[in-house]
Amino acid sequence: MAVNLWRFASPQVFYPLAGHMLPWFFGAAVLFALAGLYVGLFVAPTDFQQGEAYRIIFVHVPAAWMSMFLYLVMAFWCAVGLAMNTRLSFMMALALAPTGALMTFLALWTGSLWGKPTWGTWWVWDARLTSELILLFLYIGFLSLHAAIDDLRRADKAAAVLALVGVVNVPIIYFSVKWWNTLHQGASVSLTRAPSMAATMLTGMLLMALAAWMYSIAASLMRVRAIILEREADADWVRFGEEPVAPGAAPRASR
Amino acid sequence: MLQGVKLACARGGRPLFGELSFEVEPGELFWVTGPNGSGKTSLLRMLCTLLPPESGEVRWRGYPVRALGESYRAELAYLGHAPAVKDDLSALENLRFALARQGPAPTERELLGALEAFGLAQREDLPLRALSQGQKRRVALARLAFCAQRALWILDEPLTALDNAAVELVRGHLEAHLARGGLVVLTSHQEVDLSRMRVQRLRLDA
Amino acid sequence: MNPAGETSRIAVGRSAPGAAGAPLWPVLAGVVRRDLLVAMRRRSDVLTTFFFFIIVVSLFPLGVGPEPGTLREIAPGVVWVAALLASMLALSRLLAGDYADGTLEQLALVPQPLVLLVLAKIAAHWLVTGLPLVVIAPLLGLQFDLPFGALTVMTAGLVLGTPVLSMIGAVGAALTLGVRGAGGLLALLVLPLYVPVLIFGAGAVTASAAGLSAAGHLSLLGAVLLLSLVFAPWATAAAIRIALE
Repeated sequence: MAVNLWRFASPQVFYPLAGHMLPWFFGAAVLFALAGLYVGLFVAPTDFQQGEAYRIIFVHVPAAWMSMFLYLVMAFWCAVGLAMNTRLSFMMALALAPTGALMTFLALWTGSLWGKPTWGTWWVWDARLTSELILLFLYIGFLSLHAAIDDLRRADKAAAVLALVGVVNVPIIYFSVKWWNTLHQGASVSLTRAPSMAATMLTGMLLMALAAWMYSIAASLMRVRAIILEREADADWVRFGEEPVAPGAAPRASR
Repeated sequence: MLQGVKLACARGGRPLFGELSFEVEPGELFWVTGPNGSGKTSLLRMLCTLLPPESGEVRWRGYPVRALGESYRAELAYLGHAPAVKDDLSALENLRFALARQGPAPTERELLGALEAFGLAQREDLPLRALSQGQKRRVALARLAFCAQRALWILDEPLTALDNAAVELVRGHLEAHLARGGLVVLTSHQEVDLSRMRVQRLRLDA
Repeated sequence: MNPAGETSRIAVGRSAPGAAGAPLWPVLAGVVRRDLLVAMRRRSDVLTTFFFFIIVVSLFPLGVGPEPGTLREIAPGVVWVAALLASMLALSRLLAGDYADGTLEQLALVPQPLVLLVLAKIAAHWLVTGLPLVVIAPLLGLQFDLPFGALTVMTAGLVLGTPVLSMIGAVGAALTLGVRGAGGLLALLVLPLYVPVLIFGAGAVTASAAGLSAAGHLSLLGAVLLLSLVFAPWATAAAIRIALE
């Protein structure tokens, strides 16, 4: 029997599925994080330029990657929601945004912590950090717009349009910030000009990136479950805890 | 000619109506009534394509209006809750701009004639800010005089703040439009004498 | 258009009606003319943006000190940031008034594509709020002792950039129609999207003042303008329809 994927577009069906997947993703996140931190903190060699302080890239770079990736995924679900008018797509986008914002904030914070011992200042106007800052504003803008509109349907759609406008702009903004950064010779500090990667450093970063990814999925699934319950609060299955009906089975007698 | 097929509406998470079906024929007035908050305005906005229905569809001449798009809008005249006039412009300017959106502009004499018919004879040059609510609404209604060729009139509470003479005037326009074979969809809290018209009533319950 | 009284019957039947309605250009011209007329009647609205720009630019020397070297260096950034802020402030005039009095939904019901009507509104808006900035900015640049070449580049940049600011701003304005706290929210939504315009515009003036060619910056600005022309009115129309639901 072919799996009908459209089933999972129903919040009622997706809710228990997400619940089953959750612990696995959290577990994977913890495992990858432990592995990544082990490699990053103990196995990777000390950098002769920056000493031990550079090790913060094992959090900074994966967080930055995740922040951009999550924005893309969020924009994808917004596009699906606008095109197909599926409620769950909008809920998923809304669930991803806070985790994306968190990753962005983490990238900024760790970037700042890296900057202090390396360059002597708490903030460095390098291309990536500045782009991350703007990305944080885009995430906050998405969440603020959604929160400001009372009608949920309109809020979902308006925020979706904003996310799509943002996703078109992110490459332009990143390019313009890089341009700006390379023009101003005085500010040629760059956190991206990291020490050339030893293989172990790369492994550590990839492991941490996987950890961040697993964590993001887990956190978003948890959040989307909460959003589903909130929005579907009046539905029978929420109030009475019914299991979703498998396709082809006889419908349960409604209360 | 105008059909609603199993229309459903929900606002703010609350369902307002569902499985609503009706048909309006040429020469018929479709009067939607119901208590406040029952979804009358939402239904009218659905008919205008401003609001997509939760489920179901609206059909015009047998085709879904979503598919017809601009050819449907070209046959439609909508007067909503808000009179759609700019306070900074005069009655004459407002009417002229409203009609510029519709097609070739009528002559000044025709515009003045319409405004005069609606009791705005000496006030056509004043900024609308200086006029009363009822007078502003009459400026909005004056547009109807030029919508004769638009088959479907959708009017949301057109008689609000109007005195008896103006109500009579609007009634006359509605009658003439129906006589031409047009359709009118109307909501109104006021009872109007519709005895000489073919009326279909729909009551929405909250 | 016949006043009621004519008894010509309306065509009835099941045939698919053809696209009707007025031709495109008169409708667009009507939209522009109406917006310009309303702006003329509310001149204070328009002048407020203009004077805001001048005041903000004039505040910086007071905050930074009158040293000509410093002022020359910060001038491109100051003028451009002030232009961004002034453009953003002016956005409340673009759609909110029409939304409140019901004119916007009438525009959405016109057979002509909403995208083009939006573009017409933005054009009228720019004539009234963006163009004055372009005209006065070189004079303000003189206050900062920018060389003549740099002033030309500044004007060219503003000619390319201020329409972009209006267009991107229109998307933000449409998304926040009728929303609580629209002003502050609009700033949060729109200012990050303004960053490329700021970077290329101010960069062009800085390059020119340093004796380098500003052609690269200006062409990038032109590219952003073209991109906005393609995407922004479309996103604005979508956001307007969402707001009207």
